Amino acid sequence: MRAMSSPRSGFGSGFRFLFEPGFFSSGPVHAALLTGTVVALVSGAVGVFTVLRGQSFAGHSLADLGTLGGSGAFLFGVGPLWGFIAAGVAVGGAMDLASTRRRASRGVATGIVLGAVQGVSALLLYLDTTSGSTTGVTVTVLFGSLFAVSGYTATATLAFALLGLASLAVCYRPLLLDSVSTDLAAARGVRVRLLGLAFMVVMGITVALSSLIVGTILSPALLIGPAATALRLTQSPLAAMGTAAALGALATGLGVLLAYDSYHWKPVGNGWPVSLFVIALLFTAYLLSGLRRPRAGTGPAPATATTEAA
Amino acid sequence: MFAPFMQDTWITAGIVAVIAALVGFFVVLRAAAFTAHAVPNAAFAGAAGAGLVGVSSLVGLGVFSLGGALLIGLLSRKGRHDAVTALTVALMLGLGALFLSWSTEYAPEIYSLLFGEVLGLSSQDVTTTAILGFACVAVLACVYRPLMLSSTLPEVAEARGIRQVRIDLLFLTLVALATTTAVPVVGALLMFTLMIGPPAAARALTRHPAPALTLGVLLALATVWIAIAASYQTDWPIGFFVGVISAAWYLLARAAAAVFRR
Repeated sequence: MRAMSSPRSGFGSGFRFLFEPGFFSSGPVHAALLTGTVVALVSGAVGVFTVLRGQSFAGHSLADLGTLGGSGAFLFGVGPLWGFIAAGVAVGGAMDLASTRRRASRGVATGIVLGAVQGVSALLLYLDTTSGSTTGVTVTVLFGSLFAVSGYTATATLAFALLGLASLAVCYRPLLLDSVSTDLAAARGVRVRLLGLAFMVVMGITVALSSLIVGTILSPALLIGPAATALRLTQSPLAAMGTAAALGALATGLGVLLAYDSYHWKPVGNGWPVSLFVIALLFTAYLLSGLRRPRAGTGPAPATATTEAA
Repeated sequence: MFAPFMQDTWITAGIVAVIAALVGFFVVLRAAAFTAHAVPNAAFAGAAGAGLVGVSSLVGLGVFSLGGALLIGLLSRKGRHDAVTALTVALMLGLGALFLSWSTEYAPEIYSLLFGEVLGLSSQDVTTTAILGFACVAVLACVYRPLMLSSTLPEVAEARGIRQVRIDLLFLTLVALATTTAVPVVGALLMFTLMIGPPAAARALTRHPAPALTLGVLLALATVWIAIAASYQTDWPIGFFVGVISAAWYLLARAAAAVFRR
C-alpha cells in the first residue's frame, strides 16, 4: 500500500507484516489457496468421522503411505496423483481387512500394514534413487509442496474431493450410527463390515489427495486437527463438519500467508515450511478449544471457532 | 557377510531387536501402536534439530522423543488419545520440516534417519546402544509388575493404588528411551515395525506373558538378522526386509492361531 521502505526483517507495520506486497496477485498462491481450501473442506468432513470412529491412527498411516504411491508412481512413470489414489485405496482396504472385530486390535493391524508398506516404499524409494534422475524425490514425497500444484492436478483434486463428499453423504446415516455403536448398527441391519471398508476407502482417497497436495506431514493434521477441535466445540456431527472444514480452510489460508511472508524471515531467505505454520495453528486451536468447555456442558459454542486466529 | 566390520552391525541390531520386542510386548498389550509410531517420528525431528544447534543427534533424539511422549501423555488426559497423538506427531514432523529446511545437510541424512543405516556402524555405536539398551531393560524390570497389572487389569491396578496416569507416563517414557536407543541405529520406521510385528505375532500365538515375551524376542532377533543378511546380499534397503518379514510373522501367527483354536 505504502511506498517501499526496508521490509527485510518482516517487522514493519502490522499490515505489511501480514500481507507481503504481491500476495494477492501471485499465481501460485491462487492455486495453492484454491486446492488447499478444497482439501480442507473434504478433510473436515471425513475427519469428523475419523475422530468419532477412533481411526486417527489409520488416517495418519494412510497419509504416511502416500510415500508408497508417490515413490511407486515415480518408478513406473505414471502421474503421482494415480499412484497416491491407488495406494490410498489399496492400503485402506488392506487395513480394514487385516483388523479383527475388536476395536482394540485395530491399532495393531494398522501398525502391521503400516510397517510392511513403509518397508515396500523404502524399497521403491531406493530403486527410484538408484535408477537415476530423481534425487529430490524423497524430500518432495515426504514434505509435499502446496506451491507446486499444476492445473491438471487441481481439476482432478476437485473431482476426487467431490466424489469423496458424495459417498460420505450417501452413507451418512448408517455411518454415523455405526460410529456411535457398531452393535446397534448391526442390529438395525447395517452391513457394518462393508461400511467400515467403504469408509476406509473414502478416507484413503481423501488422505491420498491431501497428502499429494499438502504433503504427508500436513495431511493427517488437516484430517484430525480441525475435526478433533470441532468435536470439542459442538456435539452435532453436521455442525462439527462445518466447523472443521472452516477451521481447516482458515488454518491453511493463514499458513500459506505466513509462509509467503516468511520468505523474508531469518535465518535463511527461502521461507519456512507451509506445513509447520498450518500445523502450529491447528495445534493452538485444539489447545484453545480444550480451555473452552470442561467436558460436561452440551451447549453448542459456534463463536469460538475463530479464536485460533488470535 | 561375517567379516569383522560386520560384527558390530550384528551385535547392535541384536540389542535393538531385544529392546524393541520387550517394550513392544507392552505396546501391543496396551494397544498403543499409534504411540509407538509417533514417538520415533518425533525423535526424527529432534535429530534434525540437533544438527542445527550443534549437539549430538543422540541428545536431540532423546529430548524430542521424551518431549513428544510426555506431550501425548499430558494432552490425552483431557482429549481423545488417538487424535491427540496424531496432532502431536504432526507438530513434531512440522518442526522437523522446519529444521531440515534450515540445515544444509539434506536428502541422504533424512534418508538414513528414517530408514536406518545398519550396515555402517562403528564399535562406538555398539557401546552406546548397549548402555542405553541396558538402561531400558533395567527400567522395564523395575516397573514390570505394575505395568503388567495396569495393562491387563486396569481396574484391579487402580484398586491396588496404582495410578493409571502415572503408569501411562512411565510407559511413554519407556517407549521414548527405547526409541532413543534404536533410532540412530535402525531408523524411525524400522523401530516402529520391530515394536509391533514380532510382539503382535507372539501374542497371537500365546496369551501367557513369559512365553509371549520370549517368543517376541526370538522373532525380533530372527527378523533383524535375516533382514541384515538379505540386505547385505541384495543391497536393497534393510527396512524393506524388516517390514515384510515382520508382517509375515504376524500373518503366519494369525493363521496358525486360527487353525489351532478350532
